[in-house]
Amino acid sequence: MLRYIARRVLVMLPTLFLISLASFFIIQLPPGDFLTTYAAGMGAQDAIVAREHLAALEERYGLNQPFHVQYWQWISNIVCCGDFGQSFEWRRPVSSLIWDRLTLTMLLAVVSTLFMWFVAFLIGTYTAVRQYSIGDYFWTFVGFVGLAIPNFLLALVLMYISFRYFGQSVGGLFSPEYQNAPWSIGKLWDLFQHMWIPVIVIATAGAAGTIRIMRANLLDELHRPYTTTARAKGMQEWRLIAKYPVRLALNPFISTVGWTLPTLISGEIIVSVVLDLPTTGPLLLRALRSQDMYLAGSFILMLGVLTLIGTLLSDILLAWLDPRIQYDKVGSR
Amino acid sequence: MTHIEPSSQTDPLAETTPLGAAPPASSPVGSPTGPGKGIAEAGNAGSGGNLYTASQWRLMWWRFRKHKLAMASGIFILLVYVLLVFAEFIAPYHSSDHNAAYQHAPPQRLHLFEETPDGSRFNPHVKGLEYETDEETWRRSFSPDEEQVYPVRFFVRGHEYELFGLFTTDIHLFGTTDPEAPMYLLGADRLGRDVLSRVIYGTRISMSIGLIGVVMALVLGVILGGISGYFGGWIDSAIQRVIEFLRSIPEIPLWMALTAALPRSWSQVQVYFAITVILSIVGWTTLARVVRGRFFSLREEDFVTAAVLDGASRPRIIFRHMLPSFTSHIVAAVTLAIPAMILAETALSFLGLGLTEPTVSWGVLLREAQNIPSIAHTPWVLIVPATAVVSTVLALNFLGDGLRDAADPYNK
Repeated sequence: MLRYIARRVLVMLPTLFLISLASFFIIQLPPGDFLTTYAAGMGAQDAIVAREHLAALEERYGLNQPFHVQYWQWISNIVCCGDFGQSFEWRRPVSSLIWDRLTLTMLLAVVSTLFMWFVAFLIGTYTAVRQYSIGDYFWTFVGFVGLAIPNFLLALVLMYISFRYFGQSVGGLFSPEYQNAPWSIGKLWDLFQHMWIPVIVIATAGAAGTIRIMRANLLDELHRPYTTTARAKGMQEWRLIAKYPVRLALNPFISTVGWTLPTLISGEIIVSVVLDLPTTGPLLLRALRSQDMYLAGSFILMLGVLTLIGTLLSDILLAWLDPRIQYDKVGSR
Repeated sequence: MTHIEPSSQTDPLAETTPLGAAPPASSPVGSPTGPGKGIAEAGNAGSGGNLYTASQWRLMWWRFRKHKLAMASGIFILLVYVLLVFAEFIAPYHSSDHNAAYQHAPPQRLHLFEETPDGSRFNPHVKGLEYETDEETWRRSFSPDEEQVYPVRFFVRGHEYELFGLFTTDIHLFGTTDPEAPMYLLGADRLGRDVLSRVIYGTRISMSIGLIGVVMALVLGVILGGISGYFGGWIDSAIQRVIEFLRSIPEIPLWMALTAALPRSWSQVQVYFAITVILSIVGWTTLARVVRGRFFSLREEDFVTAAVLDGASRPRIIFRHMLPSFTSHIVAAVTLAIPAMILAETALSFLGLGLTEPTVSWGVLLREAQNIPSIAHTPWVLIVPATAVVSTVLALNFLGDGLRDAADPYNK
């Protein structure tokens, strides 16, 4: 098992490297370097101080050096000291801006995954057991519609419904009184009250696919001889289904996290912009608009890394849950 | 074990009675070259064609035709593409025609019969609009003006346009006979522009981005997936790592970053093409996976071995022998990839990152309706483009599903 984890981490390293390279490439994308913009922003402040400050910054980021040197400076600062550089719009270190928001993004993604599993489990089991029934067609259709509605549209509609019929203001994740309060039970409860719209919206993005996987897998298992045997022995139908085929059909839930997690995080980004949640989305969009590239690049880097870690955890979980997976055959098709 | 392909909802073969001949038990099932069991069952007694000599494409067509939903979706998609081609002709107004007098005008009803003193007579028309402005909120409330009757006809003259850049004309599919009359069948937006016309024009950008993006993704996907699947070994691992990397990054932030970096000085056409390229950067991975998987399974087939033994060159084996036998799968995968592109463009434009006014795409239109007041007071600004997006994406998904089921007519 340990060997499997070590191997899996090793395979992850090139991907990690590529992600960091891509993030740095994104930082470098806007024409001109940010110091020009920054200097213009400083305007008529003390010219000498400004010049010294600029020179120090130039030294710090290795701005006149070739790409690989700059990349090295950037990544080694992140890895050794957690220094992501400076946000030029906020005039604060990037690291002081991103962690709260990334944590909330991840929290939303995890809660949405759990919710999605729950929904997919119920609907998937139902549609497989009652194959070709009206309910099956209905849920299949709902799944298709869920796939076809853009996330932001669903967010808009739910926001409107919640505003119109529940009289609840839905912007943000916290009520004003808890906005800057330290964490407490009350604040947590407040968070959960605000979370249902984003969670529903984000979960629909992955639910349709997961429902169909659950259904297809369960259908395969339902016609296996062991099911017939159990039935012939007179086992109660629902107990039988819950006890054997469902358990086997559940594995893909975990094994597909690798592709559902990026989808969910993508969904989170766009939904949080619409609902103005204090998560990554709005700040990332703003950073990109104002070309505050160290902030934007750090977000993209960390989103990629966290997604990768999520995938790794799901792989380990799967290997632990399903003894049929051979640990020593990583990477073969 | 992980079975991602969803099983078809309705088995198209279930109600078919297989033609008399019992298939020989030893025939290879699922082999594209092996005649036998598959053909006998895929047969369609009612189609009148000869089952045993029918080509693969004919068999697929027979099978596809049984999917009523997929057929209907296919026709719908065709109609949408007709809109795309003839947008200027079909839309009653130009997408940027505005009229300050009719800001936020609600959808007008199209009356088919006119009540005249001597009974009702057939005369399709819209009523004029009159409005009152609320003193406090400055919001206009419109009501139909029963006195004014503007007949609506086919092939009326309106603003001039160039069709395909070839000839200039001013004939529109339908409209009011009086060019100055208001006709907002699906309402007007905040500048008094016709929402219907704008959605029709939006079809052009949204649908073509899907199509062009998918073509680019397809070229990349087939080449790289083909190389990966045919050669295997370290080339395969390298390409697989790249795919894994691209899929592990959440795509929306990546797209946002790349679109945000497009130079502001670029024209809308350049931005348009840049966006299709950006979308296909991630899009090709799905197609490459399909192609690679097919190559892996086909590599072991007898007819490939036979071609190798015949001394056929590698390109010939790939393009002459292997590619044709999974073209149908590619067609299905491509159809299923288009909706993702359309949704992505919509999302980017909605965030204000992709295309912007005066270019009209469905995403740009949805951006107009991004706050609660506008949804509450002018719901048609949201509902009309949203319906266009959802129904098109839904239809493409149904079509792709039907194609995927039909893609392998020898199966089952």
